Amino acid sequence: MSVITFTINGEQYSAKEGDTILQVARDNNIPIPTLCYLEGLSTLGACRLCLVEIEGTPKLLPACTTKPTEGMVVKTDTDKLKRYRKMIVELLASEGNHQCAVCVMNGHCELQDLAYEVGLDHVRFPYLFPKKSLDATHKDFVMDRNRCVLCTRCVRVCHEVEAAHVWDIAGRGIDCEIIADLNQPWGTSPSCTSCGKCVNVCPTGALFEKGATIGEMEKERGFIKFIVNARKKHEWVRVAEEDE
Amino acid sequence: MSKLITISPVTRIEGHAKITIQLDENNDVADARFHVNEFRGFEKFTEGRLLWEMPGITSRICGICPASHLVTSAKAGDDILAVEIPETAEKLRRLLTLAQWLQSHALSFFHLSSPDFLLGFDSNPATRNIFGLVAADKEFARRGIRLRKFGQEIIEILGGRRIHTPWTVPGGVREALDPAKKDQMLNWIPEAKETVKLALDAVKKIHKKFAKEIPEFGNFRSLLVGLVSEDGGLEYYDGYLRIKDGNDNTIAEAVDPKKYFEFFGEAVEPWSYLKFPYYKPLDYPEGMYRVGPLARVNICDYIETPLAEAERKIFKKLSGKLNVVNNSFYYHYARCIEMLFAVEKIEMLLNDPAILGENIRSQASINRLEGVGCTEAPRGVLFHRYNVNKDGVIQNADLLIATAQNNLAMNRTVQQIAARFIDGKKGKITEGILNRVEAGIRCYDPCLSCSTHALGQMPLHVELLNAAGEIIDEIRR
Repeated sequence: MSVITFTINGEQYSAKEGDTILQVARDNNIPIPTLCYLEGLSTLGACRLCLVEIEGTPKLLPACTTKPTEGMVVKTDTDKLKRYRKMIVELLASEGNHQCAVCVMNGHCELQDLAYEVGLDHVRFPYLFPKKSLDATHKDFVMDRNRCVLCTRCVRVCHEVEAAHVWDIAGRGIDCEIIADLNQPWGTSPSCTSCGKCVNVCPTGALFEKGATIGEMEKERGFIKFIVNARKKHEWVRVAEEDE
Repeated sequence: MSKLITISPVTRIEGHAKITIQLDENNDVADARFHVNEFRGFEKFTEGRLLWEMPGITSRICGICPASHLVTSAKAGDDILAVEIPETAEKLRRLLTLAQWLQSHALSFFHLSSPDFLLGFDSNPATRNIFGLVAADKEFARRGIRLRKFGQEIIEILGGRRIHTPWTVPGGVREALDPAKKDQMLNWIPEAKETVKLALDAVKKIHKKFAKEIPEFGNFRSLLVGLVSEDGGLEYYDGYLRIKDGNDNTIAEAVDPKKYFEFFGEAVEPWSYLKFPYYKPLDYPEGMYRVGPLARVNICDYIETPLAEAERKIFKKLSGKLNVVNNSFYYHYARCIEMLFAVEKIEMLLNDPAILGENIRSQASINRLEGVGCTEAPRGVLFHRYNVNKDGVIQNADLLIATAQNNLAMNRTVQQIAARFIDGKKGKITEGILNRVEAGIRCYDPCLSCSTHALGQMPLHVELLNAAGEIIDEIRR
């Protein structure tokens, strides 16, 4: 396996072939904010929060999908990047209905954490207050599209890990929405296995357990990596038991 | 030539309002109105939200009495889940409700109203406030502030924060009481009792000092409405509605609070955002009723704690033979009696072993499509009524707030005080006179952010207008 040597913020690092800049940065405790990225799921480069500067490239590139090349010079924390990241969070805040104070995820929300991280003390853009729907038809879970940031983690985990493919995106541009099956109430979805993976990977309060009250919803996200690793390495505990 | 006097905003109340006083051609007071110029919209924008979020959302109606909305909303949730909450959960909710009473009543009496009484209605308005009180009687003010702190601290211990805790939920409460914190609360009791007794002594001196003013300070007969326990005691969390009239006749007894909307309607006037609830059988506006401390202490047969019960008996003698105290000035006295009750009852609850139970939350899904929650908030009886669909999504919310229920009575009080104290013939209205009109409103300790379910901020501005709309006198504060 060939090893690539490149620099991040002036320090030299080595990467295995196939590694992304984000993976190398995470392995070396270099902070890069992310939102749509989740270890274990396919990478998308959709949220643009992990944008980095690469010398010789006029465009900013997402660290989650960009692979380092030999001698590449990467910067992760320039003023320009900080400004852009803050603006992205501002735009996310202004185009949804994010009322942290009365949200089930208050205190445990990745979007809220990001807002703190980028120093979001106010939003310069007018709030759009879009009219979004809330789907509480599932017996255990709720989808509140007011709080959805369209990261598509739910879509990916359902397709890639649970293999049920309940979720999809409908619409275009700012009107995009997550829908269940053929745009029907979640509770009527024949494909949903009620596994709850989408709820756990959702970074905000868009997906949550029914009955949760303000700030009460906490999510466990590490299991996706475990499931994917186990599957790749054929280390299924249940399979092992059946073999005996 | 008629004139209009405007007091705007009314100060030292929770929220924004103004008072207008209309003089007739003879310069006598023809009418006076209490206008609330806030608009909130909670009943509308909670439509489409989930039942479980409602306590957290509706507690944001108010920063003074969030716990009252929280508990009432959670009770409406209990009703929709059709669950009986665990004994410990009920006792903890009772503790929270009383802590809310204590901190709100202490704020009303010490911070907002006592500057009038101790410094005088005509004292300099620049210092006629809590800061002036601190300068005049540091110890009295300090004790008042600490009493409020005690209430706040209980709320913080139970719910994790002083304001807007989400700790009470449909089915019970979220966290049990930490036994180590129980003593921390009990340690406050001796000081709190002493402070309330000081307040009661102060109130009695105030009654003597203002003996000439009190008889026309919101003195009229009206219905009195509040919760009483099953055997007629002072109640704050559960029980039945009792309705009495100003002659101590019981008009309705053992009314199920869940049927409140059959008894009370809400009228609207074009000049105020605050609705005018009324007792339906007597129609509007004859169905005027009062809620809150004055009503509660009047209508109950007894108070279960000894010190407060002894004060209640003294209170009842204020009216002579009538056995009902109709004067709104005595809201302050009733409020202090309730503070005493709250301190005594908090002590009782904390010494009850059940308060430390760990079974605190009943689980259920949607079992009814309509639910009503009712508790006694500091300012009076509070109702939340929700309709949900089978998934628990709010279809309709109706909130009947204590301050709104006092709206007709507050207007009557303003009219009475204006008629007694304002002499339009002099062409000049003193600031002290206008403060008396405001003080009439403060008797009710109105919370306007609650009752309009805040927009705008104005300095006090009083205008004396002639019939042509020309300003002939003006006061700014």
